[in-house]
Amino acid sequence: MNNFWLHPSLILLAGALLLPLVPAAVKKGYLLLIPVLLFVRILSMGQGDFGHVNFLDWELRFGRVDQLSSVFGFIMGLMCIIGTLYGLHVKEDAQHAASWVYVGGSIGAIYAGDFITLFLFWELMAFSSVFLVWFRRRPQSLSAGYRYLLVHVAGGLALLAGMVLNFKATGSWAFDAKNLAVAHPTPAVYLVMVGFILNAAVPPFHAWLPDAYGEATFNGSVFLCAFTTKTAVYALCRGLPGMEILVPLGVIMALYGVVYAVLENDSRRLLAYHIISQVGYMVAAAGLGTQMAINGACAHAFAHILYKGLLFMGCGSVLYMTGESKFTELGGLWRKMPWTFVFTLIGGLSISAFPLFSGFVSKSMIVTAGFEERKYWVGFLLMLASVGTFLHTGLKVPYFIWFGKNRPKKATEDRAAEPPWNMMAAMAVAAFFCIFIGCYTPFLYKLLPYQEEAQKYLPYTGYHVTETLLILLFTAVCFFIFVKKLEPEAKISLDLDWFYRKGGRAFAWLARKPIQAADAFVGELYRVAGLVPLMITARLASLFDNEVIDGAVDGVASAVRGVGRRLRLAQRAQVQESLTFVFVTAAVLIVLFVFFAHK
Amino acid sequence: MNLVKLIEFLRHRLKTVLWICSAGLGAVLLWAVFFVKPEQAPAEAGEGQGFLAQARAVIEQWPVLWAVFGFIGCAVIIFASKAFGHAGIMTREDYYDE
Repeated sequence: MNNFWLHPSLILLAGALLLPLVPAAVKKGYLLLIPVLLFVRILSMGQGDFGHVNFLDWELRFGRVDQLSSVFGFIMGLMCIIGTLYGLHVKEDAQHAASWVYVGGSIGAIYAGDFITLFLFWELMAFSSVFLVWFRRRPQSLSAGYRYLLVHVAGGLALLAGMVLNFKATGSWAFDAKNLAVAHPTPAVYLVMVGFILNAAVPPFHAWLPDAYGEATFNGSVFLCAFTTKTAVYALCRGLPGMEILVPLGVIMALYGVVYAVLENDSRRLLAYHIISQVGYMVAAAGLGTQMAINGACAHAFAHILYKGLLFMGCGSVLYMTGESKFTELGGLWRKMPWTFVFTLIGGLSISAFPLFSGFVSKSMIVTAGFEERKYWVGFLLMLASVGTFLHTGLKVPYFIWFGKNRPKKATEDRAAEPPWNMMAAMAVAAFFCIFIGCYTPFLYKLLPYQEEAQKYLPYTGYHVTETLLILLFTAVCFFIFVKKLEPEAKISLDLDWFYRKGGRAFAWLARKPIQAADAFVGELYRVAGLVPLMITARLASLFDNEVIDGAVDGVASAVRGVGRRLRLAQRAQVQESLTFVFVTAAVLIVLFVFFAHK
Repeated sequence: MNLVKLIEFLRHRLKTVLWICSAGLGAVLLWAVFFVKPEQAPAEAGEGQGFLAQARAVIEQWPVLWAVFGFIGCAVIIFASKAFGHAGIMTREDYYDE
């Protein structure tokens, strides 16, 4: 490193490592202190290029701080405080540590200046976040976690392959749009894109998101909904702005999430489908690539982290207090959890882009960018998706949990009450920011990467406010007319995870049945064709050994014994006599030799 | 628990609340028809060829049409999604269980 530069992620990683050593009496203070330190560090960082480290022949850049990375860093730091406050009462250190390492990974990826650093933090994110699913400790959570990991490892490999191939082609690890030829994408660039859009949950790579986020712990989902997809949005804005294919993909995403949200019975899975829908706006904006669109993507990611966190906190509170998250098991909770209702409603109005709420000042930038680029279909379809957003998150979620005709079981109703103070405080902070951003636009707009464009944009025009009000109010009218049609059904919807869930089972069946049968067949074949002849040969060999070889050996032995026995009779134990006999025989032989040799 | 009392108060006067909401809706519609000015000139708004460009130009002039867009869009989303779901996508909850 040239000069000492404290990487913000290090605060979280060190904080997570030291967490088990902190005495219980000061633990809550410590849990708040670390995210606050992180946020202060993020705010105090000047812009520039920091944290250069030489690794092999390359120079890694850990700290590229510019306007684009700063806006994401800011909101992620803030969300880390809110998320930790929300789960402050959770006793298990490992849960906090996993969340912090996950946020650390995300922030590391945001500030990464090269692909190697990006990949390092990218994988750190995947491997730490899976624990937020596993810590719910249901058998389903375990399987969902493994599926999450499987998909993310596949995405990570696509990114790795893409970045290595791109390095071979360009000779640079730099993580920026210049190093990735977006106008004429090579297969390497497409692989990098697959790695990014898998994390952004773009169909067909999206099914991991509702699967995992619906199954995570009540506070784990609050972290999950904020970081993975938004880091991917940042990566798209940074590396692949203006990549044409992202526009249709983003629009498909925005509508796909809406369609599945209609069918969903689990409130947190519904919210998860709306993450897909909302990230669709950002992906489409990255694809449009204009200054207005990139500003829109950043602003919407910023607003989204807050309102989606708030919505997950609201539904997470219901889950935490009642143990239920399904609409068919909930209803009429307004008497027991009125403030949770109000906070969730604020989240719902923000995501629906109601005037004076955060989504209004961010989402409209993207739609405007679509119309400005003369991509009318983009503008209209994104408007349609926003109808669906209000329908579900603004109306369906609050209505069927807090009102509606459904009555939960008595035990569920008895358990229902406002959550602990820290959860309420976290929701209040997020709700405050949702309204503050919507009312005081300079707060968000001053953080955006293209300042000139941001300052020019005015969301509160008469036309725009009227347009939004009309769309949303008539969506509400339609909702109340067809509310019976929207009654939740105790069913699940098959999504594209069907392929790997059933595929995995097909593989297990394949291993259990045909492969095992083939193995048994080969074993039998080996026994019949190999083992049986081998046994016969061995038996013959043993017969030969017994009868022939042993016979010969025994014969020789008995012959030797016979000769020995006879010789023994000739032995009279007289040494001198024997010596005389030997010497005489020798003398006779020598004489005979000499006589015949000289003849 | 003032909040509960407030919700209770409104629920007991549901008809009045509905009347007020309808009046609000009507006011927004009137506002849209008579007072809202288009942001762009028709030529600029509908620049380019095609049905959507024309639709954009028309809706720029008549912002009240966004109400129709919202209502029909919402109905389309509800009915199309439900039809999609009932075509075999929605299934029993223990579908994936062993």
